[in-house]
Amino acid sequence: MIPEFEALAERFPEVVWEDSHGQQVARIPNEQWYEFAEAAKEAGFNLLSDVTAVDWYRSRRYRFDIVVNLTSMSIPARLRMITTADREDPKVASLVPLWPGANFPEREVYDMFGITFEGHPDLTRILMPDDWEGHPLRKDFGVGSVPVQFKASPKAV
Amino acid sequence: MSDPRIVDFWVAGTEEPEFQPTDEGMQEIGPEESGRRLDEQYGRVVDDDYIFDDEVSDEELMILNMGPQHPSTHGVLRLQVELEGEIIRRSKPIIGYLHTGMEKTGEQLSFLQGPTNVTRMDYLSPLHNELAYSLAVERLLDIEVPPRAQAIRVLMTELNRISSHLVALATNGMDIGAISMMIYGFRDREMILEFFEKTTGLRMNHNYIRPGGVAVDLHPGWKDDIDRILKEIPKKVEDYHNLLTNNPIWQARTVGVGVITAEEAVGYSITGPPLRAAGVEWDIRKVFPYSGIEQYEFDVVTGDNGDVFDRYRVRIDEIVESLKIVEQVTDSMPKGDYRVDDNKVTPPPRQRIDESMEALIHHFKIYTEGFRVPAGETYVAVESPRGELGCYIVSDGGARPYRMHVRAPSFYNLQGLPIAMADSIVADTVATIASMDPVMGDVDR
Repeated sequence: MIPEFEALAERFPEVVWEDSHGQQVARIPNEQWYEFAEAAKEAGFNLLSDVTAVDWYRSRRYRFDIVVNLTSMSIPARLRMITTADREDPKVASLVPLWPGANFPEREVYDMFGITFEGHPDLTRILMPDDWEGHPLRKDFGVGSVPVQFKASPKAV
Repeated sequence: MSDPRIVDFWVAGTEEPEFQPTDEGMQEIGPEESGRRLDEQYGRVVDDDYIFDDEVSDEELMILNMGPQHPSTHGVLRLQVELEGEIIRRSKPIIGYLHTGMEKTGEQLSFLQGPTNVTRMDYLSPLHNELAYSLAVERLLDIEVPPRAQAIRVLMTELNRISSHLVALATNGMDIGAISMMIYGFRDREMILEFFEKTTGLRMNHNYIRPGGVAVDLHPGWKDDIDRILKEIPKKVEDYHNLLTNNPIWQARTVGVGVITAEEAVGYSITGPPLRAAGVEWDIRKVFPYSGIEQYEFDVVTGDNGDVFDRYRVRIDEIVESLKIVEQVTDSMPKGDYRVDDNKVTPPPRQRIDESMEALIHHFKIYTEGFRVPAGETYVAVESPRGELGCYIVSDGGARPYRMHVRAPSFYNLQGLPIAMADSIVADTVATIASMDPVMGDVDR
């Protein structure tokens, strides 16, 4: 681990550090999310590269993983922060106060997974229509299908 | 939202920030001409008119929707702009008109089918999408592709960067009114698309770079085609310089327009040419090299002011840098296999299928069921013509990705539009949008 990570690890003892195919991953408790991100930004991780989420549906205790890839432009290095969110009413602190560039991607995650970002200035749907029901990238959201228009098909319309 | 620093532009449902007029573009006012003259110029005080308010009231602000069906919005981008006269005060990009759920689709396709899906996201640089996806899958599989495959990947993606930048220059010219540039850009791009067609079979959406290597080897006589490109494109770039770079009309429309500073660009996660135009020397190819691109000599092009003109200059110079890489790859193209020699991911050669039943079964299994990828997650980024194009793949050990996410550079770069357009005039909007070079397929996915 590079010294920047060690300093972070010392400050946040609850954070679990992993190595994923040569990339440093920090698994952070949900309530320390903002605090850790602030510390990481102070440690030089100034570019927020990516915000996304993973829906583990029933295979894990906490259903959602929120994944943020940070980049330090000075070292240069990458750091992946992952936190979890509950099945019922998933919530996590918004990172928009730290990186204004988190605005669109957090809206996308809200749109696609229904995860609420607390403190986001404009948490509305971004890709789907405003009146859409459900969150498409959840695993319990069906893919849907188009009926095949062959005469022999039992589902032919 | 309590912190006023956060919202630099108006977003629905938030408190509208107060409008503060700036002195930019004002005439010099002598000491005897007090604030009265200033107020008159702003239109707050009007002597012989029927406006009696001395404050700018809400009625004078007009909200205008640009798009989604607007020729200069590069697809279906919709902009909600708040106008005061002809000055844009606030704006908000509204996207999603081209959303087709490609990340969800990616979860239904096997790892070998994945490139067919991601190649349709950023349709002007399809090979970069495939490369990011393939690199992520290969990292999960922990395989190393042979040197020739890596060199072919670099060759093709750099050619793709040239063709994408040519379209960016062409549309930028078209939006500002330089119609010749539009015709030149699309004409010269054909040369590269013809090369792609000869090698991959398709002009766009190639599905050429796949996990484990590339689909086919380069076509016979590819060196002659590359030589032609290397000979022709620098001449064309010279033409663009003559046509636009020193053209006073072009400079009047672009210099100082749509400025994004380095701090704003980093804060808003803007990467690619808009970031480099602001003076930040940041290129994924240099800092996190992929596919053996570190062997080749090239420079990172940067600008100074971060305006439309600098973004144009960065793109035009990047074409020249990419040509350097293409030349080096062509000269040093290694011999050998164009895909990895790993039975797990590589189907057997066509000749073997006629001889061996096992080879036929193997071939069938790879193309129907697909290969399994060990459980894990990874994020790989490449430098696409528009910025950092990342692919985040989570595998649960099956033949399909459990989650496939693409970090689309256009999506993030679009956040810079409101700051670039703030307090500019309506006519500069199209110049600014074109200089950010958003591809809506990439934005909406």
